[in-house]
Amino acid sequence: MKKVVGLEGSFAIAEAVRMANTDVVAAYPITPQTHIVERLSEMVADGELDAEFICVESEHSAMSACVGASAAGARVFTCSAGQGLELMHEVLYIPSSMRLPVVAVAANRALSAPLSVWCDHSDAMAIRDIGWVQMFAENNQQAFDLTVCAYRIAEEVLFPAMVHIDGFFLSHVIEDMELPGDEEVAAFIPEYKHPFTLDPDNPVSMGCYAPPFIYSETKKAQEVAFESTKPKILETWKEFGDLFGRHYLPVEHYRMEGAKIALLTMGSCSETAMLAVDELREEGEDVGLIRLRLWRPFPFKELQDAVKEVGLLVVLDRAVSFGMGGPVCSEVKSALYDQRKKPNIVGFIGGLGGRDISVDEFKYMIQEAQKKEKAIERGEEIETEMIGIRE
Amino acid sequence: MGIEQEDLFAPRLVTTEENFAPGHRACIGCGEALAVRHVCKALGNNVIIVTATGCVEIISSLLPQTSWRVAWIHTLFENVGAVVSGIESAYKVRKRKGKVPAAKEVKFVGFGGDGATTDIGIQALSGAMERGHDFLYCCFDNEAYMNTGIQRSSSTPYGAWTTTAPVGKKSIGQMTRKKNMPEIAVAHRIPYVATASPSYPFDLMDKVKRGVETEGPAYLHILSVCPTGWRSTPDITIELGRLAVETGIFPLYEVINGEYRLNVDLPKLKPVKEYLKKQGRFKHLTEDVIEQIQARVEEDYMRLREKVK
Repeated sequence: MKKVVGLEGSFAIAEAVRMANTDVVAAYPITPQTHIVERLSEMVADGELDAEFICVESEHSAMSACVGASAAGARVFTCSAGQGLELMHEVLYIPSSMRLPVVAVAANRALSAPLSVWCDHSDAMAIRDIGWVQMFAENNQQAFDLTVCAYRIAEEVLFPAMVHIDGFFLSHVIEDMELPGDEEVAAFIPEYKHPFTLDPDNPVSMGCYAPPFIYSETKKAQEVAFESTKPKILETWKEFGDLFGRHYLPVEHYRMEGAKIALLTMGSCSETAMLAVDELREEGEDVGLIRLRLWRPFPFKELQDAVKEVGLLVVLDRAVSFGMGGPVCSEVKSALYDQRKKPNIVGFIGGLGGRDISVDEFKYMIQEAQKKEKAIERGEEIETEMIGIRE
Repeated sequence: MGIEQEDLFAPRLVTTEENFAPGHRACIGCGEALAVRHVCKALGNNVIIVTATGCVEIISSLLPQTSWRVAWIHTLFENVGAVVSGIESAYKVRKRKGKVPAAKEVKFVGFGGDGATTDIGIQALSGAMERGHDFLYCCFDNEAYMNTGIQRSSSTPYGAWTTTAPVGKKSIGQMTRKKNMPEIAVAHRIPYVATASPSYPFDLMDKVKRGVETEGPAYLHILSVCPTGWRSTPDITIELGRLAVETGIFPLYEVINGEYRLNVDLPKLKPVKEYLKKQGRFKHLTEDVIEQIQARVEEDYMRLREKVK
């Protein structure tokens, strides 16, 4: 039975982890992820969730314990943010290379120095190449839904999956949301059984080492398998939509009918961007919004289709790739490079370290992008502008 | 029963099964491979072994081959304590939920070299011991980063030559004293801590069994002679392991629930020189330094004896 409740983003995720009947949670506290682990600890303490909660001594050990538990056949969960994801970085490649369906949530946070516990996407962008399925939520409902889907996807494709939520903007905000019944979620995520587990009755060697004559073949196999995850992701989202009435796509459109200009965003600021699009539409501008829901595997085709009729694409990054501009903008450009007809692309960087991005700033970006577009057409080089900087 | 009879009798009690299969790629005379073989004999089949990156891992698991006839996993260098925690927790909860038969017997064991244990992996191991997971950890201590080419670790003894503690005009090699890892394990108040050596195989196997049967964390520190890194001839590996004990450099002892017990208590220690002179890594040491080492070994040994009640 579904019900409408007011829930903090962190608590919504904890509910998804509970409904998935997760076996092992290994996590280390870090702002702004802490409410998730606190809530899960309570659930275990109250017997609402029958799991082993391993209070590890670091994020490196959090992911390592998840790897061990997953290799032993358990359904596992962890969550982290910012510095924690960075400390975990080395271990993130292990479940994807060993085909272990670990599920994780990242409460996106800026990276030191200077220290900032607030949201941006620096941590997410630093782990672009870890071989996980990665998706971005923009509200608490999505945070819950995508976490539920992450279990199903990870266990079907045997790759780990990570849901990115914006630290504080989602983790600490209470919103209305629809919570399905435990049984419905349990039915959606069937019992997990990995074909190979650490079992004395059927001993296998996991994590052997590879000299040059075989390493490339292991990576080729991994890449082929990872590329093939996309149909499963789409299938899972379709089935989820049919059951629960909320539909997800790798690239989602907002008022894109006849749009000549498109904004591209990821995460919680997308809802602010919608307001800006509404206002601009009322002012007569042909503006729409596209959001990348699926970040890895990258939705090349869906992005190409989304911008077919678009003349100007304005990409907002919440991270800096120093010396290279915005990382999302770089990837969007490379994804569209082979297209015969492609939009002019103008990138902006904003919302770093928890700074809000206002409706007016989105409107400013559209206006500025139109000026920059003229410069592009004149053959001039344009720089990635960092918005809202006090000088 | 006299010791001569035991020599004939005891080996027959040991299984002929080799769960650490022959054909691995260890150097000739490797004390560590021998120790792993004995440990695996004592562990039996119902075990899951987590191995850190290092010599044991690379000699045993070159794709597409494996030397492991038991369930085995390697992931990274510094995380054995955490991976074994995850596996143990997985079995615990899955037994509770009826996903694994409750009666199924599984032992959880971590393997690491001295680098993986006393340096880079000490945090994960400390965490696992503190949380009280049910596992046995075996440190195979060959006293340097042998796998990468004999670099010093915090477990390298004072005065030893290594490639990053070279002997020079201003250096006698390793200038610091060996970290006392068994005492660090004891400080976690875990129920079982012991030292062992493949030169004393029955003592070693007894300790493995005791450690793995102990409920909660158990720590076993095994001195593993490394002819390659110690610059010793491969035929004296067993002898060097014995000399390490007989000189008091590496005493064999157990700490069971905080109670110390010396397994080989020697009324008179052999001079450390007998141990040092057989190894190229100590050949540069002057009489002064050797005397200093002798004095420290005696002091440490007396301190340990005082703990034995």
